[in-house]
Amino acid sequence: MAENTLLEVRDLKVSYGGIQALKGISLTVGQGELVALIGSNGAGKTTTLKALSGLLHSTAGKLHYDGKSLHHMPAHQRVSAGLALVPEGRGIFARLSVAENLQMGAYTRNDSQVTEDIERMYALFPRLAERRAQLAGTLSGGEQQMVAMARALMSRPKLLMLDEPSMGLAPLMVAKIFETIRAVAAQGVSILLVEQNAKLALEAAQRGYVLEGGQITLEDSAANLLGSDAVRKAYLGA
Amino acid sequence: MKLHRPANRHLLVALVLLVLPFIIDSLFGHGWVRIADFALLYIMLALGLNIVVGYAGLLDLGYIAFFAVGAYTYALLGSPQFGLHWPVWVVLPLGALLACIFGVLLGAPTLRLRGDYLAIVTLGFGEIIRIFMNNLNAPVNITNGPQGISMIDPLHVGDFSIGQRHELFGLDISSLHLHYYLFLGFTLLVVLVSRRLENSRIGRAWMAIREDEVAASAMGINTRNVKLLAFAMGATFGGISGGLFAGFQGFVSPESFSLMESIMVLCMVVLGGMGNIGGVVLGGVLLVILPEAFRHGAGPLQQALFGAVVVDPESLRMLLFGLALILVMLWRPAGLWPSAQRRRELAPDETVAQQEQETVYDHSR
Repeated sequence: MAENTLLEVRDLKVSYGGIQALKGISLTVGQGELVALIGSNGAGKTTTLKALSGLLHSTAGKLHYDGKSLHHMPAHQRVSAGLALVPEGRGIFARLSVAENLQMGAYTRNDSQVTEDIERMYALFPRLAERRAQLAGTLSGGEQQMVAMARALMSRPKLLMLDEPSMGLAPLMVAKIFETIRAVAAQGVSILLVEQNAKLALEAAQRGYVLEGGQITLEDSAANLLGSDAVRKAYLGA
Repeated sequence: MKLHRPANRHLLVALVLLVLPFIIDSLFGHGWVRIADFALLYIMLALGLNIVVGYAGLLDLGYIAFFAVGAYTYALLGSPQFGLHWPVWVVLPLGALLACIFGVLLGAPTLRLRGDYLAIVTLGFGEIIRIFMNNLNAPVNITNGPQGISMIDPLHVGDFSIGQRHELFGLDISSLHLHYYLFLGFTLLVVLVSRRLENSRIGRAWMAIREDEVAASAMGINTRNVKLLAFAMGATFGGISGGLFAGFQGFVSPESFSLMESIMVLCMVVLGGMGNIGGVVLGGVLLVILPEAFRHGAGPLQQALFGAVVVDPESLRMLLFGLALILVMLWRPAGLWPSAQRRRELAPDETVAQQEQETVYDHSR
């Protein structure tokens, strides 16, 4: 492996009851890299992220992150280790205010810079600064996605995992969210981006994986994937 | 004196609370001071349950079990039952500790349950405790079974017992009044602890779990421990209240810890305003006073209206009580005094759609 690998997944298997959702996938994310994981509904994208963040137990395979094995590490410790997940459907705390949501993101931290970081998030998402006292559940979908992302960033992750950030958002809002994803990546945070919107994801990413039926069927640079006939046919509708 | 200054307002509230038993005594009679004492015990219970249900969002229908644990601990260690007369300052904390342990015991196997399923299991737990107390009189008699334990030591410190009247500061203060002040002290303590918890890291973790457990765990919250802590804290408050109850009443029997009691405490929390300390206190006061008022008022009122008691006041009491609950839920679904958040959440909000538009289109501006 290259020396700057942050996350290495090898032969990861996950089952729900008797059904095998991941049939042994392998992927890597390098330091500061933006990697896209694309695939259709039910391919196992969300399962992959859940297994990586410890919300699901893998049945087999190796997870190496930052030189350590993640095996047997519970979800809450993975956050302190620098893995942050923006869950599918955002998972914001609807009855807490925007500011409280951001504070929850810093739950694992006990340094003195939390307030500073919250201000940084407001600078990154000016919309949230205006809404800081509002209940997160009353925000629009796009604003909620911003809360979810800002909340995840509050843990100062080394690796940010995004699960379908574009889901259910208006096109303009999607563009805005992806702008932010690029900005976060530019700051040196590694990102594993799961998307159904393959074109958007591959345009933002450096490398990409295609997941089908619980297996990785293609892996290449994002540009090559965008140009590949198989991907174009299956996911880009052209 | 300006009332809007918080310090002054607190002083006024304190003054009212101090003279309240005397006002109640002179206006409504001595019996109502006893009802005020009970109201305070129930407020403690409701605040404890509020931690579990209101903050952490775990529906617990067997909460009265912890009240029972506290009460029986006090009763067994401070009565002729075993000839033990341990000091109150040992027995009360011990009861609270035991209740806390029982809270964890209940919490541990139910961690993966939510909503209805959790409610059913906790309901069962409450019944198990009650039935245990009911049957622990054979082969070895521990709890005296359905007869209960009587002649429990009154609450006392050294020789100073508040089970009898005392001459203090030139005033003749009755036992009921003394209990009032003791319970008031404990209630204020519980309120204070609740408030500190609400605005703490751990309080926010509870609310995060209530809102979305998966996301909470993705934030790095150890959901297992934090949920157990909610059960333990709630149970501790219940245990304290139970110990005080046993000392106050001088008698405990399994009958006092039926499912109906759990439901009553839950009603206080929900009716008053889940998650809001003021609301829960209000719920506790109302649900103790209203049934008593119906009990005392329904008979004479019928006598005056119809010249005879048509419906038995006791059955009318539950009917009116049920009616009151339904009305409140219809008109104030978030409770009588909801937390600011719940109120905002349930209020119709047309501004959201407008905000959405602004959000989407300000990009092009």
